[in-house]
Amino acid sequence: MNLHADLRQFLLQRQTRRAFLGRSSQGLGTLALASLINPTILKLAAAAGAGKKDSLTGAVNPCHLPPKARRVIWLTMAGGPSHLETFDHKPKLAEMHGQPMPESFTKGKQIAQLQGAKLVCFGPQHKFKTYGQCGAEICELFSHIGSLADELCIIRSMTTEAINHDPAHMFMNTGSQIAGRPSMGSWVVYGLGSDAQDLPGFVVLTSLGKGGQNQPIAARQWAAGFLPSRFQGVHLRSKGDPVLYLSTPPGVTREQQGDVVQAVNVLNAKHDAIVDDPEVSARIAQYEMAFQMQASVPELMNISQEPQHILDLYGCKPGDGSFASNCLLARRLAERGVRFIQLYHKDWDHHGGVKEGIALKAQEVDRPCMALMTDLKQRGMLHDTLVVWAGEFGRTPMSQGGDGRDHHNAGFSVWLCGGGIKPGLSFGATDELGYNAVENIIAVHDLHATMLRLLGIEHTKLTVKFQGLDARLTGVAGTLIDGILA
Amino acid sequence: MHMARFKLFQASFLIALALGAPSRAQTRPATSAAKASFNRDIRPVLSDNCFACHGPDTKKLKGGLRLDLRDQALKPAKSGQIAIVPGKPSESELVRRIVTQDEDDLMPPPESHKVLTQAQKELLRRWIAEGAEYQGHWAYLPPVQPPVPGTWNAIDFLVQRRLTDLGLQPSPEADRRTLARRLFFDLLGLPPKPEDVASFERDPSPDAYSKLVESILASPHYGERMAIGWLDVVRFADTIGYHSDNPRNVWPYRDYVIKSFNEDTPFDRFTREQLAGDLLPNSSLQQKVASGFNRLLLTTEEGGAQPKDYEARMLTDRVRAVGAVWLGQTIGCSQCHDHKFDPFTMRDFYSMGAFFSDIKEPIIGRREDGMLVPDNRQAAELDRLEEIATRAQHEFESPRPDLAASWESAVRETIEAEKHWTVLAPEKLVSAAGLKLTADNDQTITTERDPRNGKDTYRITVKTNLKGITGFRLEALRTDKLPGNGPGRAQDGNFILSEFSVDDAQTNKIALAEATATFEAEGFPASAALLGKNDANHGWSIRSSTGVNQAIHFVTKEPVAAEGDTTLSLVLKQSAGANQVLGRFRLSATTVAGGIRAGKTALPPAEIVEIVKLAAENRTEDQKLKLAAYHRSVAPELAGLRERVAEARKAKSDFEATVPRCLVSISMDKPRTVRILPRGNWMNETGEIVQPALPGFLRTPGKVPEDQSLNRFDLADWLVSRENPLTARVFVNRLWKQFFGIGLSKVLDDLGAQGEPPPNPALFDWLACEFMDSGWQVKHMVRLIVHSQAYKQVSTSPQNLQARDPYNRELARQSRWRLDAELVRDNALAIAGLLVPRIGGPSAKPYQPDGYWENLNFPVRTYDASQGSDQYRRGLYTWWQRSFVHPSMLAFDAPTREECAAERNRSNIPQQALVLLNDPSYVEAARAFAVRILKECHGDEAARITWAWSLALSRAPRPDELETTRALLDKHLAQYRGETKAAEEFLKVGSHPSPPNVDPAELAAWTNVARVILNLHETITRS
Repeated sequence: MNLHADLRQFLLQRQTRRAFLGRSSQGLGTLALASLINPTILKLAAAAGAGKKDSLTGAVNPCHLPPKARRVIWLTMAGGPSHLETFDHKPKLAEMHGQPMPESFTKGKQIAQLQGAKLVCFGPQHKFKTYGQCGAEICELFSHIGSLADELCIIRSMTTEAINHDPAHMFMNTGSQIAGRPSMGSWVVYGLGSDAQDLPGFVVLTSLGKGGQNQPIAARQWAAGFLPSRFQGVHLRSKGDPVLYLSTPPGVTREQQGDVVQAVNVLNAKHDAIVDDPEVSARIAQYEMAFQMQASVPELMNISQEPQHILDLYGCKPGDGSFASNCLLARRLAERGVRFIQLYHKDWDHHGGVKEGIALKAQEVDRPCMALMTDLKQRGMLHDTLVVWAGEFGRTPMSQGGDGRDHHNAGFSVWLCGGGIKPGLSFGATDELGYNAVENIIAVHDLHATMLRLLGIEHTKLTVKFQGLDARLTGVAGTLIDGILA
Repeated sequence: MHMARFKLFQASFLIALALGAPSRAQTRPATSAAKASFNRDIRPVLSDNCFACHGPDTKKLKGGLRLDLRDQALKPAKSGQIAIVPGKPSESELVRRIVTQDEDDLMPPPESHKVLTQAQKELLRRWIAEGAEYQGHWAYLPPVQPPVPGTWNAIDFLVQRRLTDLGLQPSPEADRRTLARRLFFDLLGLPPKPEDVASFERDPSPDAYSKLVESILASPHYGERMAIGWLDVVRFADTIGYHSDNPRNVWPYRDYVIKSFNEDTPFDRFTREQLAGDLLPNSSLQQKVASGFNRLLLTTEEGGAQPKDYEARMLTDRVRAVGAVWLGQTIGCSQCHDHKFDPFTMRDFYSMGAFFSDIKEPIIGRREDGMLVPDNRQAAELDRLEEIATRAQHEFESPRPDLAASWESAVRETIEAEKHWTVLAPEKLVSAAGLKLTADNDQTITTERDPRNGKDTYRITVKTNLKGITGFRLEALRTDKLPGNGPGRAQDGNFILSEFSVDDAQTNKIALAEATATFEAEGFPASAALLGKNDANHGWSIRSSTGVNQAIHFVTKEPVAAEGDTTLSLVLKQSAGANQVLGRFRLSATTVAGGIRAGKTALPPAEIVEIVKLAAENRTEDQKLKLAAYHRSVAPELAGLRERVAEARKAKSDFEATVPRCLVSISMDKPRTVRILPRGNWMNETGEIVQPALPGFLRTPGKVPEDQSLNRFDLADWLVSRENPLTARVFVNRLWKQFFGIGLSKVLDDLGAQGEPPPNPALFDWLACEFMDSGWQVKHMVRLIVHSQAYKQVSTSPQNLQARDPYNRELARQSRWRLDAELVRDNALAIAGLLVPRIGGPSAKPYQPDGYWENLNFPVRTYDASQGSDQYRRGLYTWWQRSFVHPSMLAFDAPTREECAAERNRSNIPQQALVLLNDPSYVEAARAFAVRILKECHGDEAARITWAWSLALSRAPRPDELETTRALLDKHLAQYRGETKAAEEFLKVGSHPSPPNVDPAELAAWTNVARVILNLHETITRS
C-alpha cells in the first residue's frame, strides 16, 4: 500500500468533512452531533458540502477514461454451472452421446475428479431455443433470461486457470490463485470510491440452492487483501444481523445507543483537542457511520416496503433469503449508490444429476435475473449498471458417473449486460463438443480488464505496491475484449 | 507544559555532551551531502523504473542491457551504444534516453506508465558524472556495527546523530503514567493495574524504570504478547485453509512459541527447532512440536484436487514462508521466472523448496492426527497403561502346545466336513441401508462402507438345485481391509447377527431348529440369532474372537423339500447399531441328514489350512509361527486373555484420545522429486530435477561442498549463520515495529531492491549486529530498545514535526497506534476483571454471531462458544478458522493467516465501532466492569467515574469528561428506573453471572457508562 497516497486521500476527506461539518480545531461541530441522532442531517450536509452528487473519492480521480458503467452487479453462480445446459448449444455432443470422448480434445488438459476415468461423451440434457431478434441460443429452461436476449452479451469462450472450486473462485475474484490478493470489488471501491453515504461500497449477498450441492465459500472471496480493510466486501446476511454486530444490545433503545455513541464521540473529540491525531477524528467519523448503518441497513433490507408487483416480478417473499430477494436487494443497493454488489448463488456443482440439478437452478435464478435487469431498465439504471453472470468454471462434455459432469476450465459461458456492453451479441465459441474455447478465447484477466475499462479504469494503471511489485487485478496480463464494447 | 519538559530533555542532552559523550563533529563521518549514493538514491530509481526489462530476469532482458550490474551497464548494448560512461553523462546513452523528447526512444517507455521526475533524472545524471559507482544492495552486505561511544545507549547515539543531521530535535520524555501503559501494552499486551502505575509514579529510585521493565519481562504474559507477531508471520491457524477448511491439531506449536519467548530461547535455536527440530539428535518432545512449523501451510481436502497441483502449491507456500519469516524476501515471484528485482533465480526457488521434500504428509486430504504431546502427568499415565498392555500381550503370546494339538485335530475335522457343504451363489444382493454388496468369484460377499445409522439387513437371494437341505452355514470371514481385521465393520471387527432366517420362493419362513457356532461371545450365543429368540440388542456375536474366521451353523426342522431349482432368500438382520454388521461373509448349505453342527473352529483361511495339512515336522519356522498366531487368535480357551489384551489396548487408546496432539515434521527416507516447473506450470514435467541448495547469491562459495546433500537442518544453520546478512535484520526490523509502530525499513517483508532503503542504516546495522553478537537474545534487544531515550519520548508532537516527518521515520518522537485485534479484546476483559490468565491450551471460542459459518461445508459446522472460564481467554487463543476468522478479530485487522503476514493493516472502519458497541463479548465486559465499579468503589457518582477512569485509562477524568459521563449516567439511570424489564434484558447479555444483590437499573446505567469507556479511542490506543 502506498501510505502516502492513502494518507493524502484521508486528509483530503477529512478536510472536506471539516468544511461541511463546521468542525473547529477544538472539537466537533454541533451539526455532527445532531447528525448522530438524525442521519438525514448529515446526508443533507454531505450533499451540500460535496457540492455535487456522485463525486468520486477513490484513488483514480479523475477516471482514466470516460466511464460507461457506474456500478457492477456480479451474479456469481457458485459451483460451476454447466455451459452445456445453459448457454452453449452443442448438437454434435448429443450425436456423440455415449461414445468415447476423442483424445484429441482432452490431451494435456487438467482433469479434476475424472482423473484416470474412461471419458465418455454426455449429450446436453435439456433443449435449446433461439431467443430475441439476435437469435441467441439459450437453454429453454432459462426462458425469462432468454426474453431479454437482445440486451445480453453472451461470451461462450471463457477460460480459467483453476479447476477446483476454492482456487477458481479466488482466481475469478482476485486474478490470482494465491490467497491474500484484493477482490475485484475491493479494487473498484479503492479506485473509484463509493456514492453510498451510509452503506459500504462493496456488498456481498449469498443464497443457498435447494439441491444441496452447496460448496463452501470463504470470506477471502470478498477480502481486501493488501488494500486497506475499509475496501473489503461487507457480507449482508439474510438471517440474524444483516451486518455482523449491527443490532443494539437488547434492552438498549436506539436513543440510548445514540447517547452512548455521542458520549464516545464527545470524549474522543476532547481527546483529539489534546493529542491532535487524525486517527481520532477518523474514529469519530466511523462511529457516526456505524450508528447510521444501524438504521440504514435494516431499512435497506426491509423489502416488504416494495410494492406487490415488484415482489411478484422477482418472485420473492420478504425475508425468504432467496436469490430472488438478493436480486431485489441488489437493485436497492444500486439505488443507494453502492459501487460493487456481488451475489453468490450456490449449488451449481452437478457432479451427478445434472439434468435435475440445472432444472432446479433455473427455477431459482431465471426469473430473478430477468427481474433485476427489467427493474434496472425501468428505473433508467441499466445503461450505467454492469451486470455480470458467471460461475468459477464450466462442466465437462464428458459424463461423470453416468448423469453428471465434472469441473471444466477450458471453455465455458458467461454473460454481461448493461453499462457499455454491446447488446444482443453472442461472442466467442467452444469447439463442436463444447470442450475447448476456440474462437475469441477469453481469459479471466481479459474479463477483468474489460470490466474495469467500462468503469473508466485503465487496468494497467490501477496499481498498488505490494511485495515490490506494482500489483494489479490483472497480474501481468489482461487484454481488452473490444468486440463486446458498445 | 510540553515546552517545559522538552527543554528539560534538551538540557540533559547537553549535559550528556558535556560529560564526555564525544561531540558530533568528532564521531560523525564526514558526509559529502552533494554526492549521490547508489543504495540510497540510485538503486530505488533503477529498480522501480528499469530493472523489469534491464535487470536480473534475463529472460525478459531488452536490448541486451542490464543495469543492475556495473560491468554490464558499462559495456556496449545490442545497439552498440553504451548506457553508462562513468564521469561522462553526455556520452551516456542512459542519460540521452531519459531526457529525449522522442517517444520512441524515451525510457522508461510510455506504455510502462512509469515516469521519471525531473529530480530523478538529475540525480541519475549527477551520479554518472560522479563516476557511476555501484554498491552491493544494502541488505545483502554483511551488517557492520558502527562504533558508538561507551557512555551512550547506542540507539540514542545513532538516532540523535541522524536527527542532528536533519536539524530535528528529540521530544521530551513521556510522563510515568504513559511510560507504564506503553511498557505494559508493548511487552505484555495488557493494561497496567492502577496500583502498578501508582507505585511506579511514586518510586523515587533512579532505577525505577529498570525495575518496572524487569518485572514486566518476568511475567509469563510476555511470551503471549511476543507470540502474536510470530504466529502471524508463520501463518499459524487452527484449520487447513482451502475449501472445507477443516480443523487440524497444531495448538501445541503455539504454546511452544509462547514458552520459547518466555524462556528467551536464543533465536538461532528457535529457528533450528522450527525448521528441523525433528532432525536434531535425540530431539525432545518440544523440539518435535517446534517442527510443526513445517506443517502450518494451507492444504486441501477438495474432491478432484490433483496431487501434482497441490504438491507444487505446498512447495511454493513453504518457500514463500522462508522468504517471509527469515529472509525478508519476496521470493514467491521466482516460482515462474527469475526475480525481476533481486538476484533470486528459479533454480534458487525450487532448490529451496527441495529442502522440504522429505516431509511426510498427505498431499491431498485429511491431515493425520499428529504426534501425542502429553504433559508429565499424562506421559506417566501413558507409560503405566503401556506396561499393562505389554504384560497382557506377553502372557497371551506364550506358547500353548497343549491347546494347539486338540485345536489342530478340530481343524482337520472341519476340513473333512467341508466336502458336505455347497457354497451358495448369490443372484441378488440387497442391503436395506442401500449399500452396495458385492460377491466375488468364490461367492464371498463384501460391503463397501458403513451403513448410515450403523445398522443393516442383508437379503441374499440364491438359486440352488440341492434337494432336501438340512442345514445352512454363514461363514464370517476375516480381512485386513476391515477395522480389527473383521469380519464385522465395528471398530474391533465385531458384528452382531440379530436374526438369521431363510425364506423360500413363496416367502414362507423355513423353520430352523438349532444354531451352533464356532465361537460365542458371552451373552451372545448362536441360538440368539434364531427367529423369535432375540431382540434388537441381542444376537450372535464373536467379540474377543474377532479378526479370524468364524461360522454359525443352522439345522432345519425338516429337510427343505423341492423339485429342481429352488430360490431361497437368506436374511441377515443386524440391528444392534454402531456398525456391528458383517463386512465379509459367505453362505453355504448341506443335505447331510440331521444337518452339521459347528465344530470348535471355523475353516481357517486357505494358507492356514495348508499348514495344518502338513505334518508338524514338515512345517517351516515361519509356518509354525503363523499357525501359532492364528491359533491364539481363535482358541476359545484364550478368549479371556484376548479380552484382557484388547481392554488394555483400549484403555491406552482411550487415554490417548484425551492427550493433545500436534502435526509435526517427520522425515521420509525417500524425498519427493522436485523439478523446476517451467513458468510455474505443474503439468509441465520437463524441468530439471533439483536438490536442496542455498540461494546462490547469498551463499559463500566453497563454504558448503557442492556435492554434499543438504537437509532442513543445514538450511536452518545457514539462516542463522553470520554468512547470511538477512535474518538478523529481518527480525530486528519486525521487533522495532512492535516498539515504534513502523520498521527501520518500512516494508517488513521485503528488504530487497523494491523494499525501502532504511533512513538510518547505521542504526539498523548496529541492531542486527548486536542481536547476533548477543547470542540472538531477544530479551536483550527488547531491553536495549525500551531503555532508549528514543523509546521513552512523548508521542504527541508539534504540527511542524508532524509535517516534516508524518510517519515518524526519524524518531524525533514516539508514535501512537490502535492496539492489535487480540489486545483490544484482552484490554477490555482485563479492565472488566474477566480475563483468565491461564497460559496455553486448546484454542478457545469467544461468542460469535449465529450463522457466521453458514458458508462452510463438508461438513456443515455449527460454532459452539466456549463455556465457563474458556470464554474469557486472551485473544491470541481465539480459534483461528482461516476462511472465516472470528469477525471481531477480523474487524480489527487480524490476518486470516492463509499467507505469511509480516505486518497488519491498521484500519479504522465502522465495523470496529459495531464490535465494541454491540458484540456480546464487549457488552458483557462492560457489565462486568460496571459490577466492579459498583462493588469495588464505594464513593459517590463522581468518585466511581473517577475510579473507572483510573482502571481503564490509568488517570483521572478531566472535569469536562466527568461532566459528559455523569450526564449520560443520570439520564440512563432515570430511564432504566422506569424500564426495569429493559434493564434486566440488557444485563442478560453474556454468560458471566452478575452478583444477585445489584439493582438492575443502576447496573444497566453503569454498564452504558462502562461501554462508553471501553469504546474510547484512548482506551484502545497505545501512545
